Amino acid sequence: MSDPHEQTHIDSVGSYVKILLALLVATGVTTAVARLDLGAFNTVVALSIASVKMLLVALFFMHIRHSNKLTKLVVAGGLLWLAILLLLTMTDFATRGILGVPGK
Amino acid sequence: MITAAPQEREHYLNASHGLKSWLLTKDHKRIGLLYLATITLFFFIGGAFATLIRVELLTPQGNLVSSETYNKLFTMHAVSMIFFFLIPSIPAVLGNFFLPIMIGARDLAFPRLNLLSWYLLVIGGAFSLFAMIAGGVDTGWTFYTPYSTTYSNSWVIATALGIFIAGFSSILTGLNFIVTVHTMRAPGMTWFRMPLFVWANYATSLIQVLGTPVLAVTIVLLFLERVFHLGIFDPARGGDPVLFQHLFWFYSHPAVYIMVLPSMGVVSEIISTFSRKAIFGYAFVAFSSVAIAVLGFLVWGHHMFVSGQSLYAGMVFSFLSYFVAIPSAIKVFNWTATLYKGSISFQTPMLYAFGFIGLFTVGGLTGLFLAALGMDIHVTDTYFVVAHFHYIMVGGALMGYLGGMHFWWPKITGRMYPEGWAKLSALVIFLGFNLTFFPQFILGYLGMPRRYHVYPAEFQVLNVLSTAGASVLAVGYVIPMIYFIWSLRYGKVASANPWGATGLEWKTSSPPPVHNFEETPVVTHEAYDYASLMAEEVEVG
Repeated sequence: MSDPHEQTHIDSVGSYVKILLALLVATGVTTAVARLDLGAFNTVVALSIASVKMLLVALFFMHIRHSNKLTKLVVAGGLLWLAILLLLTMTDFATRGILGVPGK
Repeated sequence: MITAAPQEREHYLNASHGLKSWLLTKDHKRIGLLYLATITLFFFIGGAFATLIRVELLTPQGNLVSSETYNKLFTMHAVSMIFFFLIPSIPAVLGNFFLPIMIGARDLAFPRLNLLSWYLLVIGGAFSLFAMIAGGVDTGWTFYTPYSTTYSNSWVIATALGIFIAGFSSILTGLNFIVTVHTMRAPGMTWFRMPLFVWANYATSLIQVLGTPVLAVTIVLLFLERVFHLGIFDPARGGDPVLFQHLFWFYSHPAVYIMVLPSMGVVSEIISTFSRKAIFGYAFVAFSSVAIAVLGFLVWGHHMFVSGQSLYAGMVFSFLSYFVAIPSAIKVFNWTATLYKGSISFQTPMLYAFGFIGLFTVGGLTGLFLAALGMDIHVTDTYFVVAHFHYIMVGGALMGYLGGMHFWWPKITGRMYPEGWAKLSALVIFLGFNLTFFPQFILGYLGMPRRYHVYPAEFQVLNVLSTAGASVLAVGYVIPMIYFIWSLRYGKVASANPWGATGLEWKTSSPPPVHNFEETPVVTHEAYDYASLMAEEVEVG
């Protein structure tokens, strides 16, 4: 069901430019951090920045923050399915070492 | 005898003429028929590969084709049948045609997107077909790494690109169906008055939209590793080959439900119509479709028990796999309960529905064998698995598709098919199917591995039986092709409602007008309200 209010809440060009700049800065930070040796935290930092960028794109460029509940439910569903993919895959990767590998 | 065609009335088939009117059509019914032509082509291509496989397996020696060619035959059989026949089959043909009509809509929500979906399937199919003609692909339809990324010298990228493109066709069809069901139901068509075929297609669409993008991502990663040698699946570069299997099966296990859920929807329509009763436990059957769609995403690791996956993950996936049996069983029991005290007639669609229930039950129960960790180790990669999934995908999905084609053929074409021939072919298909695939359960249990064309001599008798069954099955598939085409010209003219069914699709003429209904229908009855219909008939009579 289309929400008539969706059309009236388009953000200003200025706010889009700000988001674009934020995304470019975040990309620069990702590149810079990749050159530092943070051990396992390199991945954590890179994924955290990527998640923030994803949220900015979804909320502002894709207008999710002005969308109706059904659209938000669809987005939440997508994130839930990503969580299922990661969680059940990790049941393998996180527990693979417990029994060890036969012959090693 | 040639019967006069109903030429006076305008309908979607005669409203416009010429190739352009078909290739640029935005009518969901015509697009459904474009899909029908496309997937029928791929069905016969896949069938030709299957024929070569079965002929090769007549003898224990590999004396028809080389090992390399045999690898290509079973890969291209599966790629054709899964991605270009079974996945688009019911949703893109029957769903496209009937979902809008069954909810009282004039078309799908996005008609142009619908046409784009068909073009994407054709383009994807063209890439895969090119790969087949250019030399074929030999990785198996599963494209397991490291073989697909490092060692195979066959047309991996072209085939994978074809599947990638066809995947977007599937996503867009799913999206179109979801939006249509949410926004375009006729007045009075509440969620719980929707036919179960619509519920089944809705649940299928959720899988298409949520699962298929993961397949697309997986194919891109495969491409990046094969072409640019990025370390995603290669352990020497920091990757993990089992990760490919996780990503692949995250889509490809639910993909089995993309194939079989719409068939379940067809069976609900047929069982209700030909037993003149409302489906027993309508809400349970409706929600079981959604439950299968959701639970289907939690079980993929049961394909990987011997892959090197952690035993603990195997235990979780094994445990979760048993849950899918619950909604599947709800459907089977509720269909059976619907038959109880029904006024049953045994027309062709009903024969296919019965075939579906029996064969799907065998396929489903043997799936439980495979979900058990210990049992699965014995039968992994044997013909037991091949038999199991053919009972689901051919015995289930294809039986449902053929049942639906017969059920709705009068509506699609305005002509009846010949009932006697149709019953005969349904019987031939049922017998041929069981003769083909039941021996494979035994072969697998005895230890014959899949994907080998040379086998010990003691397995020959069962293989010969299977090949004989495949010949019978092939005859069973060709007969409907002939009489469906025959009926277009010579079939008896169909009335608007030849089965005396309750759905909205039977309230409009056969074939339907361009915009489906002369005026927007208003729904005042529950789905399958045969009790009221028969009471009205008694009053009128």
